[in-house]
Amino acid sequence: MSGLVVHRIGPVATLQDKGRPGYLKQGLSCGGGADRQALAEGAALLGQDAGLAALEMAGTGGEFEATGDLRIALTGAPMVASIDGAGVAWNASHLLQTGQRLSIGAAKAGVYGYLHLGGGIEAEVFLGARSTHLLAGIGGMVQAGDRLMCGKGAGGPAGLVLDVADRFRGGTVRVVPSVQTELFARDVLDRFVATGFKRGPRANRMGVEMLSDGAGFTAAGQLNILSEMIVPGDIQMTGDGLPFVLLPECQTTGGYPRIATVIPCDLPIVAQAPAGAPIRFEFVTLEKALAAERTYETALKGLRGACRPLIRDVADIGDLLSYQLVSGAISAHWDDHRNEHLDKDEVS
Amino acid sequence: MTQAPPSQTTYPVIRNIGLDGMLVTFSDQLGEPSNRAALAFHAALAGALGDGVGETSTSLASAFVRFDPLRLPHADLHARLAEILQRRDWTLAPLPPGRTLWRVPCVYGTDLAPQLAEAADAAGLSEAAAIDTLGQTRVRVLAIGFAPGQPYLGPLGAEWNLPRLTALQQVPSGALVQAISQFVLFTAPAPTGWRHVGQTAFRCFRRHADVPIPLTPGDEMVFEPVSRADFIRIRDADDTGAGGAISEVIAS
Repeated sequence: MSGLVVHRIGPVATLQDKGRPGYLKQGLSCGGGADRQALAEGAALLGQDAGLAALEMAGTGGEFEATGDLRIALTGAPMVASIDGAGVAWNASHLLQTGQRLSIGAAKAGVYGYLHLGGGIEAEVFLGARSTHLLAGIGGMVQAGDRLMCGKGAGGPAGLVLDVADRFRGGTVRVVPSVQTELFARDVLDRFVATGFKRGPRANRMGVEMLSDGAGFTAAGQLNILSEMIVPGDIQMTGDGLPFVLLPECQTTGGYPRIATVIPCDLPIVAQAPAGAPIRFEFVTLEKALAAERTYETALKGLRGACRPLIRDVADIGDLLSYQLVSGAISAHWDDHRNEHLDKDEVS
Repeated sequence: MTQAPPSQTTYPVIRNIGLDGMLVTFSDQLGEPSNRAALAFHAALAGALGDGVGETSTSLASAFVRFDPLRLPHADLHARLAEILQRRDWTLAPLPPGRTLWRVPCVYGTDLAPQLAEAADAAGLSEAAAIDTLGQTRVRVLAIGFAPGQPYLGPLGAEWNLPRLTALQQVPSGALVQAISQFVLFTAPAPTGWRHVGQTAFRCFRRHADVPIPLTPGDEMVFEPVSRADFIRIRDADDTGAGGAISEVIAS
């Protein structure tokens, strides 16, 4: 079975998929990839199910060696990546041959980069998912020496690229009111939407801190609020009214008041905002929020069709003579469909 | 969209929580009737909501529905929930059937649960009387939250309506802690301002078990007093995470 040996890895690298919905009533949040869009993009590039597990790398990647021929895709926060020293495109799928080294460096923008393998990364399925849930102690950090093995159905296309809109530098995110929004006074809500926040230094898979100048954002009776359900995207006011935007690995219930909820399709912008990136919150109507979700869902469905052949501009290829062309990269156990793609894509 | 009318919420109330959640809340205060209402209402949702519903859950006084608003419009779900809500006064509803009673061996006090004496004192009881009442009270899993499988348990008698401590201290997995007429049974080691009155070998989250999360909201628990020596024996012999607990289905 093909796979990767991990020779070097960043401090917070975990296996992630769509998480474990269905256990909220038993205190387990869904978890899963911090940037779901990146998971969908990787699946589209490899022509496989978006529920397969990928490696989520926070801030920086690692060094990997192929133990067999395999396909990879790189998505999410763009990181410097190379195969045997030759730079390779991000938001693209590539072939890796036995013994080749994949090197992934620091994020150029954003936070979470993803390394996908053809067939997904194999791991024990627990409560319907392979994803690590750090808060719950399910799974753990990927370590040097670990092996990431391809799952079943590893064959398929490679050499594809996706054009991805930049969601890696913060921006304005849309929010809807939630059950506790009315506990905040009108002037506090006005000030909240008028404030330019910066992503603070405290951020992990549970939530992301938002900093601003001036007073905090407190609610009436905020110390006496009964603990209530939390949903990912909730903007929770801790302590003195310091906002945290909660991500998929958040706790399931909480007593801090929530001023609003970031709509699901804008949550990747929050998760991917690097420290210091600007964030603003904009209330939208339910109708506008649903229209945005519908557009997003349509875009996700269209990802596979939007993949196009990866063509390197010859002027950008300093190592053209050593460039691995497709003729050497065919291995017998891959299906013909993939080979068709390769022939068309890389030779064109 | 930033208008915030002054809150004069009357309960029960159906509200959106986020874009893909709806919440039916029976009170903004913790109470036995509102918790029972949330559990009974939640049980009535099973199979009653149709397509587009992802999952349901409960908190202390609310029932929660996560749904796909592109498949199931907000207005439709709201109407269905309102119809179920109107069927009866849910605060008078019986608890749903199929709940489990857990009898869990627990050592009170000693070095393993060092704040029993202080809690007994605050409740105006001797240590022996405190162990008697805490050890005989059948408490309900009011909600599960914070960590996987971690129950909020109550209600305890009014004498146990003790405020949380401002100084936090670390407690181990299986710690039974007490404040505000409730227990919490900790899933994992954590700092807490609740008083550590008992210690169990019950694991609320069992990563490798067939049933990783044994407790469900509405279940009941009794923390039966055992000696320190008996507790150690139970703990050391246990490789299941049950911690010597015995469970039975509660007859409805």
